[in-house]
Amino acid sequence: MSGGASIGQMPENRERVTAWAMVMPALAITLAFALYPVVQSLLLSLRRQFLGVPALGDTFVGLENFLLLAQDPVARDAFLRTLGFVLCSTILEVGLGIGIALVLHEHFRGRGWVRAAALIPWAIPTVVASQMWRYIFNDQFGLANLVLYGDEVARYHPWLASPTWAFVIIIFADVWKTASFAGLLVLAGLQVIPDDLYDAAKIDGANAWQRFWHITLPLLKPALLLALLFRTMDAFRVFDLVFVMTQGGPGDATQVLQFYGYKTLFTEGRIGYGTAISVSVFLAIFSLSLVYLRLVGSGLLGKDAR
Amino acid sequence: MKPRPLLAIGIGGIVVGSLLPFVWFLITSLKSQGEIEAVPPTWWPSGGFEFYRSALIEHHLLDYVVNSLIVAGGTTLLALLVGTPAAYALARLRLPGKRWLMGGLLCISMFPQIAIAGPVWQILNVLGGLNTHWGLVLPYVTLTLPLAIWILASFFAELPVELEEAAQIDGCSPWTAMWRIMLPLATPGIFTAAILVFIYAWNEFFFALLILTQPEKQTLPVGIALFQGEFTMPWGELAAASVLATLPLVLLVILFQRWIVSGLSAGAVKG
Repeated sequence: MSGGASIGQMPENRERVTAWAMVMPALAITLAFALYPVVQSLLLSLRRQFLGVPALGDTFVGLENFLLLAQDPVARDAFLRTLGFVLCSTILEVGLGIGIALVLHEHFRGRGWVRAAALIPWAIPTVVASQMWRYIFNDQFGLANLVLYGDEVARYHPWLASPTWAFVIIIFADVWKTASFAGLLVLAGLQVIPDDLYDAAKIDGANAWQRFWHITLPLLKPALLLALLFRTMDAFRVFDLVFVMTQGGPGDATQVLQFYGYKTLFTEGRIGYGTAISVSVFLAIFSLSLVYLRLVGSGLLGKDAR
Repeated sequence: MKPRPLLAIGIGGIVVGSLLPFVWFLITSLKSQGEIEAVPPTWWPSGGFEFYRSALIEHHLLDYVVNSLIVAGGTTLLALLVGTPAAYALARLRLPGKRWLMGGLLCISMFPQIAIAGPVWQILNVLGGLNTHWGLVLPYVTLTLPLAIWILASFFAELPVELEEAAQIDGCSPWTAMWRIMLPLATPGIFTAAILVFIYAWNEFFFALLILTQPEKQTLPVGIALFQGEFTMPWGELAAASVLATLPLVLLVILFQRWIVSGLSAGAVKG
């Protein structure tokens, strides 16, 4: 981002004061509603506390919640399930995103309309998308059954009642919802690759696949890593889909970590333990993003690009 | 131009794949109750707009729409009001720790909602913000500020510095320079940020579910997530409600797809 592009005329002190005054309101809101809550969460995760039942006490228990969490089989399953969800959906989304980006990068008539169509899954509320897919995979009136089995009602499948299919469908719905977002990030990366590289490769006799593999992919690396970063972080936070489509079920088949945390915190009211779960989600995302940022390099964090 | 079969397949796939579930809900919303319950399902609806009427009246959809408009509009206004000067300062002025601020903002945009939900709930409880729309606007502004600031800062950074230098020689302070000269030039950026913030606030579910527990205060996503009938799932009304909740977004996307695309990539890749 900017960096050196400062205006030369003003005395340095006055400029700093002005800059701070301009940043202050944003900083204040962020401190109050993001930073303070995170610190508060870290502290809460070290206590044993129950929502609305002060009689059960409020004690500092150190890392006890985290030790409990490490031994909790439900949490372990939820964690592994979340990892599986993140891995599958992220890979599919970025893969599909590359395809979408390659199409949208071409010149053809009506490109604006196709781009708009691709954006619609991203733009509509996840809750609405979840209801749509829930209906499509309905055991009786579902489009999926109609398309697969036609009139053979006896073969109609209760998709969301099957643990395996429910998990697959959650991934599917997430991929549908967000592949276009990954596609847009990749598209932005495509647009900065200079055309003469391709022209030169063509003259050297490289075919389309070779050009994609040797020019497009390597130069796309920063955009791909960024798409991976955003999609991984978002997939870790999946909630609306699970809440609407399966409520974590059948059994615990789609209970991801964030949903388990929500249940523990707000329906069971175990504040300390629930917060420990939420802090773990946060730490997982945070450490992953550090890995990615290392891979992307400092370019992302405002090195002077211009 | 020579025909390109692969491209045609790609275009077809994108259009059909993106629109299919939406179209199926659209068909469903226009069915009659008999057609909804038909097994196997029917393709062509003949019910008219009956479900729209009952979604709007019996399921209080209009209240949800108004609530969502208040919350999303309020969030957009406040995020821009607070985010624009911050982005200007980050893009243009000498500010110690600038890189840390930008990096910190990026971190905040990846907080899982649940990691801050409990304490945010408690703060709002103390301030009396539970079950109020401003109580929802504050966390929404917090969560959308990073995006807004990154987009706006990258727009500001692209404008020529000479404009402000000239303004300063004429005696303008940075505030006036930002307000009079940079803002009009950055209108596309501001508009883009506004659209993205609005879409976020219109769609958000987690905090809305926690903070607005009174049905008459709830926003559209909560209304649609908790949609239920007395005995069976009212799929027709739900489909109608979903179509109505989605239409404004479809319109926004069709009208402003170019800006949305550039905004998303400015907020991300250009950094």
